[in-house]
Amino acid sequence: MNGFFDLPSDLQHSYLGLVGLHLREALLPVLAGLLVSLPVAQLCVRFRWIYPPVLGVTTVLYAIPSLAFFVVLIDYFGQSETTVMIPLALYSLVVLVPAIVDGVRSVPPETLAAAQAMGFGAVRRYFQVQLPIAAPAIIAGLRVATVSSISLVSVGMLIGNQGALGNMLYDAQIYHRPALAVNSVLTIAVLGILADAVLVLVRLLLTPWMPRKGTTR
Amino acid sequence: MAVDRLSLEIPDRAITVLVGPSGCGKTTTLRMINRMVEPSEGSILLDGRDIRQQPVNTLRRSMGYVIQNAGLFQHRTILDNIATVPRLLGWGKQKARARAAELMERVGLDTALAKRYPYQLSGGQQQRVGVARALAADPPVLLMDEPFSAVDPVVRKGLQDELLRIQDELGKTIVFVTHDIDEAIKLGTKVAVLRTGGRLAQFAPPAELLSAPADSFVEDFLGADRGIRRLSFFPSAGLELQTAPIVAIDADAARLASRAPAAPFLLVTDLDGRPLGWSEPDRLTAGAIDPGRLLDFGRPFVPGTDSLRTALDGAVLSPTGWAVAVDGEGRAVGVVSQQVIGEAIRAAHSGVAEREDAEAGR
Repeated sequence: MNGFFDLPSDLQHSYLGLVGLHLREALLPVLAGLLVSLPVAQLCVRFRWIYPPVLGVTTVLYAIPSLAFFVVLIDYFGQSETTVMIPLALYSLVVLVPAIVDGVRSVPPETLAAAQAMGFGAVRRYFQVQLPIAAPAIIAGLRVATVSSISLVSVGMLIGNQGALGNMLYDAQIYHRPALAVNSVLTIAVLGILADAVLVLVRLLLTPWMPRKGTTR
Repeated sequence: MAVDRLSLEIPDRAITVLVGPSGCGKTTTLRMINRMVEPSEGSILLDGRDIRQQPVNTLRRSMGYVIQNAGLFQHRTILDNIATVPRLLGWGKQKARARAAELMERVGLDTALAKRYPYQLSGGQQQRVGVARALAADPPVLLMDEPFSAVDPVVRKGLQDELLRIQDELGKTIVFVTHDIDEAIKLGTKVAVLRTGGRLAQFAPPAELLSAPADSFVEDFLGADRGIRRLSFFPSAGLELQTAPIVAIDADAARLASRAPAAPFLLVTDLDGRPLGWSEPDRLTAGAIDPGRLLDFGRPFVPGTDSLRTALDGAVLSPTGWAVAVDGEGRAVGVVSQQVIGEAIRAAHSGVAEREDAEAGR
């Protein structure tokens, strides 16, 4: 019962169960971060003056150690997944907001002028012109946010078995099974690479209009 | 102030060009017509109705808009780009796309490009897509903001000719902004020259602009060779052509001798009648004419189609000072000397002056 993928019972999950849990704890915060970033970024594009303070706030949030967040959040949410995911969602903003702002700003002015002149309203222009053209930049931001979130979930181990695959690191120590640590690190790395590959694929599917390397006019 | 108390009456179904130095408010003026810029004072009437009486997006969808660098939607196919306004107006996808395909042909685009994306097209092709997109919903009004200034001169000339052809077919009311006076003169039915501050310097048909610039600003803006350019508006149809100095390359000695007194030079043509070059009569030997030793005949003109400017250009280009007239197939139909062209120009000038006097005396 000590195979590479056999886990101690205190982890309360099978190996694949932990993988699923890890992905959930890593990806939900990125999704939440994206949903918050989109309107925030649009405000930053619309009203230029709020962009510097927004950047400042997200950077400061990113600088707060997750342990400090946990201390505060445990009072409200206990030793739960929510307590782990809230800081991760906040961290993703530091990447996503500037990515979306840059993406939306990269839309050429003549394209916007053309859209306006053809009678696009502001909402239609946002969803049909600005957002699609910003998609590559947004996905680039999502790649960074996702991979960093997948690796950061592990710290949840510190508040009592909420670190998914990270919990294996703790068990590796107490049960003297270094293989568990190796498994944890490798699995997290593989998850990160796979998630990144999926996002690259999504970008390729969403943007057939982008010049590809090796193609000519 | 960008545009100050500008008052213009833009004729229906004609091309009105706004031209002027950068910062003269020509683009601002254009953008006021579709309310991308709102005037702080004054009003714009379209068919007698104030443009502010309808919702702004309804107004804009009724006016085609072509912009420098085309401003295409890079994330949409060529077909979908062109179908944009019909889709906004609620047309079905099939109908809009069918219309878009029809327009691709109208502006001279291969329909094989329909599924391509803008980055796969050349600048000139993109600009054609821009024109097709503006025409898609068949708007009565077309606004064009320096549409051809970002492409190279050869492509630009092609696009200009195409626009004139399309205009002949469709008869839109076009307002065209450019900083290029040559483009203005070539395209405009009427040309409005603006000076800084959007003040109107002159509003006149191009021929009148060239013959009678309102002031020194307009004159400077027209450039040094307005006299030559004005000749573009004088037809070459009335030129008296001579056929005597034309000989075929297989002409015999008798024929050469009989033609020699007609002019100081003879034009040698090939057996189909296409011009090969000039020569002094005594340098020609019957049966042994070497096409390589003939003098350049410049650029021939087509009488009736080309203007006096082209005819004069042909005469100036040839070392003999004679211009060659050809028919549509390139066969020489006559020759004409600089002197005769000069007389024709003087006659044309006095004709214009008489007409103007007559109008003034009315």
